[in-house]
Amino acid sequence: MNARKVLLAALGIGVAWQLLAWLLDTNILPGPLLVLQTFTAEIGADLGGHFLASLWRVLASMLLSVALAAPAGLILGQSRRLNDFFSPVIYLLYPIPKVVLVPVVLLFLGITDLSKIVIIFLILFFQILVLVRDQAAAIRPELIYSVRSLGAGRRGLFRFVYLPASLPAILTALRQSIGTAVAVLYIVELTATQKGLGYYIYFNGSTLFDYPKMYAGVLAMSLLGLGMYYAVDVLHRQISPWQFSERE
Amino acid sequence: MIQLNQVTYQYPQHQPVFQGFDWRVQRGEAWAVLGPSGCGKSTLLYLLAGLRFPQSGQVIIGGEFLSKPRPNTGLILQDYGLLPWATVSENASLGLRLRLFYGPDGRHAPAGQQVQDAEAQANHWLDRLGLTEVKDKYPGQISGGQRQRTAIARTLATDPDLLLMDEPFASLDAPTRQSLGRLVRSLRQEAGLTTIIVTHAIEEAARLGERILVLNQPPNRSPQIVENPGAAVEGYSESAQYLSLCTRLRGLLEPAQ
Repeated sequence: MNARKVLLAALGIGVAWQLLAWLLDTNILPGPLLVLQTFTAEIGADLGGHFLASLWRVLASMLLSVALAAPAGLILGQSRRLNDFFSPVIYLLYPIPKVVLVPVVLLFLGITDLSKIVIIFLILFFQILVLVRDQAAAIRPELIYSVRSLGAGRRGLFRFVYLPASLPAILTALRQSIGTAVAVLYIVELTATQKGLGYYIYFNGSTLFDYPKMYAGVLAMSLLGLGMYYAVDVLHRQISPWQFSERE
Repeated sequence: MIQLNQVTYQYPQHQPVFQGFDWRVQRGEAWAVLGPSGCGKSTLLYLLAGLRFPQSGQVIIGGEFLSKPRPNTGLILQDYGLLPWATVSENASLGLRLRLFYGPDGRHAPAGQQVQDAEAQANHWLDRLGLTEVKDKYPGQISGGQRQRTAIARTLATDPDLLLMDEPFASLDAPTRQSLGRLVRSLRQEAGLTTIIVTHAIEEAARLGERILVLNQPPNRSPQIVENPGAAVEGYSESAQYLSLCTRLRGLLEPAQ
């Protein structure tokens, strides 16, 4: 994505926001400049700590889900027998909106950081598992034959075919599910914690009625999602340049 | 070099493709395997590559029973089997990098041969096949002929003594097809390679096979062999001999039921 176009779009949204704020003229929609001012003042103070708490939760669940789902997906994608066995299980579990499991996970793991990480992990895990599995299973047999004829056994195929073939699938899965992950992060931070952007937004909005701060929190959460998305995108381009190269 | 002894191969719920099939290939020969689709010619190649195994009978290559892919056999398939995420240069060195990965264990790589510099060895062939300019490009960015040459470079870099090719020129235009055909012939003559090219095209079999194995609708029980020594000579495909051979081959191929 062109950086100038993105900046221009951000500016456009800011202008629309400002116009709407003038039009409605109410304290529940402060203008973007006031929010930006509050944001820069707060990020060095209170907001920064909440931001880091949230960032840690998302990052930890991302790492955990990649570490567990990618190898599992690779194994299922390579072995038809294992996949036949597990795919009905996945078929049943995959579409469950994991956010409804929030109370269950809270009951079992308590109000710790771990419970929040586990919930986001559950969302990312299935997304990555399914995409990596399908990617590994979709590798054409001719490609496997060719590489085997060059001497590759199971280990060689894993290292030179399955692993590089599934890296883009991992990143695609992450990119697709970051939006959901941040949304669920907000929900899990509403309850049973005093740290995190979800708590910050909720507390400032409905207890302190400090709307500029509430919006600063919303902005921080948006930036968190955007930053993650951007980071994964950059990583994707670094790791799989072939998917972005132009045909001449 | 190659012996097929009483080989029987059958896919589940089909009649046998080969039944008690015998075939001999001597070192350095240039074979074409010709037949309509479904005749079992690709199966034959997979049997020779050690990717499929007969239900009964034996496949012996270089004096050894084949029980897995053999490190000195090169296989080139119709769609070239290149890794889409690797550059031309990385693809060309894949066989050598696999040998470095496993070490000279005699199973995955020939015993007693240490790969020194995979990239340099691959580059030698890229240079030889005119691919140096595209060596940093991905397979998706180059032409079909270049992809095919990359697959050839990848195979030759591993220094094979047997080259198996499945419809190697099927999706290429005529001039590219002819120049690659010449290339394969000259490589064979200078390195003493044994080559087996599988094709459904009569003209291709006649140009590239000094001996031609004709397969028909299964089951194939005994090999039908046409001698074609003229294929070794440059300019053969303009001769009357070539044309009459093509006519003869056409007659040998039964129409599919």
